[in-house]
Amino acid sequence: MSQEVAHDDSHHNLMVKNKKLLMWLFLGSDCMFFGTLISTHLIYRKLYPEEFDPTLLFSLELTSFSTFILLMSSFLMALSVSAMHKGEIKSFRRNVIGVIFFGLIFLGCQVYEFAHFVHEGLTLSTGTFGSTFYLMTGTHGVHVAIGVFWLISMLFYSKGGNMEAHKNAVDVETAGLYWHFVDIVWIVIFTVVYLIEFIA
Amino acid sequence: MTTDTTIISNPKQNTDISELKPELSDIGLVRPDHSKNVFIDWLTTVDHKKIGLMYGTLALFFLLVGGLEALVIRTQLAVPENDLISAQRYNQLFTMHGTTMIFLAIMPLNAAFFNFLVPLQIGARDVAFPRINAFSLWAFVAGALVVNFGWILQALEAFGLFSASGPTAGMNDFVPAMGWFGYAPITGKEFTGAGTDFWIMGLQILGVASISASFNFIVTIINMRAPGVKMMRLPVFTWMTLIVSLLIIFAFPAITIALAQLMFDRVFGTNFFSVAGGGQPILWQHLFWIFGHPEVYILVLPAMGIVSEVLPTFARKPLFGYAIVVFSGAVIGFLGFAVWSHHMFTTGLGKIATAAFSLLTMAIAVPTGVKIFNWVGTLWGGKIRFHAPMIFALGFVWMFMMGGFSGIMHSSAPADAQQQDSYFVIAHFHYVAIGGILLAIVSGIYYWLPKMIGRMWQGKLNIWVGILTVVGLNITFFPMHFLGLLGMPRRTHTYLSGFGWETYNLVCTIGSYILAFGVLLLLVDIIRCFRSKIPAGNDPWDARTLEWATSSPPKVYNFAQTPIVNARDAFWADKYGPLDRKMGMVDESHGIHMPSQSWMPLIASFGFIPLGLGMSLMQAGVPYAGYTAILGLVILVLGIALWAIEGPGGYHLHPNKQSH
Repeated sequence: MSQEVAHDDSHHNLMVKNKKLLMWLFLGSDCMFFGTLISTHLIYRKLYPEEFDPTLLFSLELTSFSTFILLMSSFLMALSVSAMHKGEIKSFRRNVIGVIFFGLIFLGCQVYEFAHFVHEGLTLSTGTFGSTFYLMTGTHGVHVAIGVFWLISMLFYSKGGNMEAHKNAVDVETAGLYWHFVDIVWIVIFTVVYLIEFIA
Repeated sequence: MTTDTTIISNPKQNTDISELKPELSDIGLVRPDHSKNVFIDWLTTVDHKKIGLMYGTLALFFLLVGGLEALVIRTQLAVPENDLISAQRYNQLFTMHGTTMIFLAIMPLNAAFFNFLVPLQIGARDVAFPRINAFSLWAFVAGALVVNFGWILQALEAFGLFSASGPTAGMNDFVPAMGWFGYAPITGKEFTGAGTDFWIMGLQILGVASISASFNFIVTIINMRAPGVKMMRLPVFTWMTLIVSLLIIFAFPAITIALAQLMFDRVFGTNFFSVAGGGQPILWQHLFWIFGHPEVYILVLPAMGIVSEVLPTFARKPLFGYAIVVFSGAVIGFLGFAVWSHHMFTTGLGKIATAAFSLLTMAIAVPTGVKIFNWVGTLWGGKIRFHAPMIFALGFVWMFMMGGFSGIMHSSAPADAQQQDSYFVIAHFHYVAIGGILLAIVSGIYYWLPKMIGRMWQGKLNIWVGILTVVGLNITFFPMHFLGLLGMPRRTHTYLSGFGWETYNLVCTIGSYILAFGVLLLLVDIIRCFRSKIPAGNDPWDARTLEWATSSPPKVYNFAQTPIVNARDAFWADKYGPLDRKMGMVDESHGIHMPSQSWMPLIASFGFIPLGLGMSLMQAGVPYAGYTAILGLVILVLGIALWAIEGPGGYHLHPNKQSH
């Protein structure tokens, strides 16, 4: 990546690196992806309130746990971004391992949850609830999986001293933006898909 | 501009100057830079100008394909009870005509101009992410192939090389035949076959191409302007590119999710749009038009940008009301998200919703009208020169306005209830699409092609192109207003005589051949321009914006030295303005950094071909379709991974210092 230096002779009108700006735009676009998925779910919930009672199926304890885990992974992500800015590669790698580990726990919970739900009779073809629920949470799960894959590749890449603060901090920060966003989306899904069912 | 250029290889081998030794990438492969092989050079290019030219060539090809489909449609409709083609073939033709023209002709033609012009207009070396740019192009090619795969199968079947039997028995009608907006529930697997699957996956891939290209343009325009190119000094075409790119990244997600939901319905048995399982087909209409209406402005705003460049150049006046033209473009884009339900007035939205969408639709006429008045204001008192680009730009203003008038008629919900699904609607959007968008694009071709290839137009063929297209389009589409008001419905394979439709239909068909002949002459003229011996020179039109300051065709590095801009119409001010408005030069004695070429965008995006075809064939139960899809996904992921690892690379160029 030594050529990266050569790339830096382009200036930036906004004082924001291109990569980071690209990620912000992607996240803006991604908001519309999740907005479509979540609103599809909510519209069908409103249309067919009696179709399916998820409170019998949802385990708030398990989902709260996995939500907490994902939140904590965001905290570790913030620590790894900070470590990279300071050039502390060892600390960066330790924290990234934590993020990956927590991300995998979240994915594990989701796989368990899906398997459990299917076992209990909620499949993709169960009315509209099964369709919207699985496509929405599944898309989120794919986002987490891509994030984990991204961080694992970053972990491997950073092994041989390839990464340095002055040129790779922006890469880590971009990954961090993505990770935090995926986390925030989950908080929205947890609230309007899980918690809201228990209010009434 | 001289070609006296020395090339220094990568900074890490600074000792080795002048030798064009192929450099190894971080994964140990030879980078395809400075290839003598033309094919390798173009397939691996990351140069926005070459990518733009490839977009343009492919889009013109698909313009011909879509036009041919339209001609068959019109021939079928020439006389009542015609049986030239079957009803099913007719459905396939109008579906693919719409899909091809929108996604494979107009959008990539716009993308061709974005690619070629935006970096030049803002004084940049390239787009922000040259490899993503190449990825967008090749993903577009992959998507186009998947959408049109049904035609290929159909051709193979016609020659006896393929038949839907044995393992492929589940594949019936493999050309999409449900209309370009694929309304549910006809897209359900009970009603349509493999064609719908190709359409879903093809559009999905085209969406990836458009969204990734848009990220690139937004970052480029926001972040890579040359010193002094403030936002309010951007050429209007660049402004419109920015607005369109924003529309794309916020509008395409709706269709992406809708298509994903539809794909799940067909392949995995979900119930998003299937009535039996409780799904609501109307949801498709909402999601589709939340994308579909901004899409209309995605198509037309670049055309407005082109015209806003051409009119000032040939009226030799600055654009009248630059700020309000830019602002109107932004307002049109913004309101474009708030009017989707005017495509659905007859679905029974309720009074409040209908009234609101009706009002907002009428409101869009305001910024559009503002633009038209500003264009007229630009012409007022100008020293008008009637060169080919100007003729088409004037044609745009006039014809687009005609389409706009019938558009305002649609905004009134009661009137729209009469016009819905009739030929009146066809007349409206073809005036906008051909009279508006296509004429502006032709104007852009006449204006910028000399810059792109360095050769000047010759002969007077352009006058005939102008006459034939404008006359042809009016003969084709003006009678359709009457046909619509006489009650002729859209998408009818044939019709009975005695409704008073015969003459109008025959006239429409004759007009369509005149229009087609005009487009054919345009292609002849383009080919003649490529073979022309007349050099274009840097500035053949005495134009105003930055792209004319560099050589024609521009060098790979665009500007030998990055310009410092001190005025809105930067190049005009440099030629004729006061001293303090002239351009400066950034001192770049350390050379120009150029990005390396790469195979990875091509490889990654071609992973979409097995992915898309495999996913499409899964529904038909073709064996190994799932594995094909997985193979495609692996190619895609591997391509992206290697792309990341190989690093951006790059080399330095040292153009001659004296040149401009």
